[in-house]
Amino acid sequence: MGRYLAIFLTFARACLVRDMTFRANFILECLTSLGWMSMNLAFYLLVFTYTSEIGKGTGWSKEPFFAFVATGLIINSVVQAFFMPSAEELTEMVRTGGLDAVLVQPLDAQFLLSMHRVDFSSLANGAVGVGLLAWALGRMDHAPPAVAWLLYPLLVLCGVAILYGLVIMLAAATILMGRNQSLYDFWFYLTNFSRYPAEIYSGPWGGPLRMICTFVIPILLVVNVPARVIAQPFTGESWIGVVAAVVAAIASLVVSRIVFQRALARYRSASS
Amino acid sequence: MSDALLAARPAGPLQGLRTWWTMLKICLEERLVYRGDFVLGTLMRFLPIVTQVFLWTAVFGATSRGDIAGYTRNDIVAYYLLTMLTRAFSSMPGLAGGIARSVRDGSVKKFLIQPVDYVSFLLAARVAHKLVYYAVATIPFALVFFLCRSYFPPIPDATTIAAFLLSLALSFLLGFFMEATLGMLGFWFMEVSSIVFGYMLVQYLLSGHMFPIDLLRTVPTGLSGVSLADVVHWLPFEYTAYFSSAIWLGKVQGAALVNALLIEAGWVVVMAVACRVAWWRGTRRYSAFGG
Repeated sequence: MGRYLAIFLTFARACLVRDMTFRANFILECLTSLGWMSMNLAFYLLVFTYTSEIGKGTGWSKEPFFAFVATGLIINSVVQAFFMPSAEELTEMVRTGGLDAVLVQPLDAQFLLSMHRVDFSSLANGAVGVGLLAWALGRMDHAPPAVAWLLYPLLVLCGVAILYGLVIMLAAATILMGRNQSLYDFWFYLTNFSRYPAEIYSGPWGGPLRMICTFVIPILLVVNVPARVIAQPFTGESWIGVVAAVVAAIASLVVSRIVFQRALARYRSASS
Repeated sequence: MSDALLAARPAGPLQGLRTWWTMLKICLEERLVYRGDFVLGTLMRFLPIVTQVFLWTAVFGATSRGDIAGYTRNDIVAYYLLTMLTRAFSSMPGLAGGIARSVRDGSVKKFLIQPVDYVSFLLAARVAHKLVYYAVATIPFALVFFLCRSYFPPIPDATTIAAFLLSLALSFLLGFFMEATLGMLGFWFMEVSSIVFGYMLVQYLLSGHMFPIDLLRTVPTGLSGVSLADVVHWLPFEYTAYFSSAIWLGKVQGAALVNALLIEAGWVVVMAVACRVAWWRGTRRYSAFGG
């Protein structure tokens, strides 16, 4: 474990050195990333000029909703910074045979393929997310209880773990398909479901969709559970979400590991 | 590069047509090599609309207003569905980045010595991409539109449909030339990914892809009587998503429709000229070495 941590820190240091070598590009990437986030926030502000809450009686009024958005920003920035850059590279590695060089290394292939590149500019959104969370919580009627503060970091980690599992399974799909240029798009579209409170998925179509996105692909647990714990009154029912998020996180990690190993077993080299 | 090489072009219209057909065939075959990736990419474009439908349903459920900026809940759902259709014409994934990459890695130089026009080749490739995309997407599109037919107003008259189809064709050309021009900046900047990302942000916001531009009518610009929507109307972006959808929904009619179609056509000409000028000036400052 210590060896893997040391190697990861070496990767991270190398990526940081690379980013700092091209500082202007790094700053530009941070700015564009912040631009995208600001645009979404502006959209939500526009929506709240027409309504007082997202869904009648859901409790997702302006401040709680922005706490929800902030939680999503924090979780996604961690995934975007530490896992997505490596997963994106995998697409071309499979097609060109570059994956062979990874497989012969005396290290776990999943570790190497999912964590060898770090995009520090993505953490800018996370930093803004923390600020937005502080702003939203400071303006809410009720302060989160101590148990919510204790659970929140754990649930954020669970959210990251669920998304990591999804990234790994998409990477496995890349290996099986030979090429998956749509990996990043698919990731974007899939995580789109987690960007809004689960309550919006209601009715004859919304109900089943909510069930699928909670129990089959637990994407709705990623942001909803930590955001609900911190931004909504903490009740006995909140524990159900907490347990579900922890179980889903463990299941995502285990299932994705199995799927990835099986995909690797079916990999055929493309190089000479 | 010598002017003789740069000036090399197909002789006669028949030869030109044959070259174009060959380019189209090559691009079609290339698109169909990785079919799984292509089908996946096509189908998942339907996913974002789902969250938008539920989001706006929740917004309308929580407000007592019958409409928002002139859009009922059904209008909003129909708008997003139509926007998907428009974006299927105007979006050019990978075009700008591909051009910049070909400049950076030197593969563009073959177009300087072969009797093939680069911009025409790119256009043929994009037509091929779209043809394959429509072939794959027609059934899912038809299915989704059929399932959601209750959200749509009655089918408009023939003139409106003709204007809608014309706007779609123009949006394809506008999207192509805008992105191609952006890619040509690779002759000056080498790496354009940040510029492309910045463009995508502006495009997503101002094209009406994110929400109907009519929502910006309440956003002031500081100029008396001029809203942000009025400013956006004169920019090219809304013609790549909002405009066609608004035509079908009857939000733009009569003289305003003709006026907007002329603005769109004007932007197509401006961007086509800009693309040609960028290619012409870029290739004159370009230098490449080795095989």
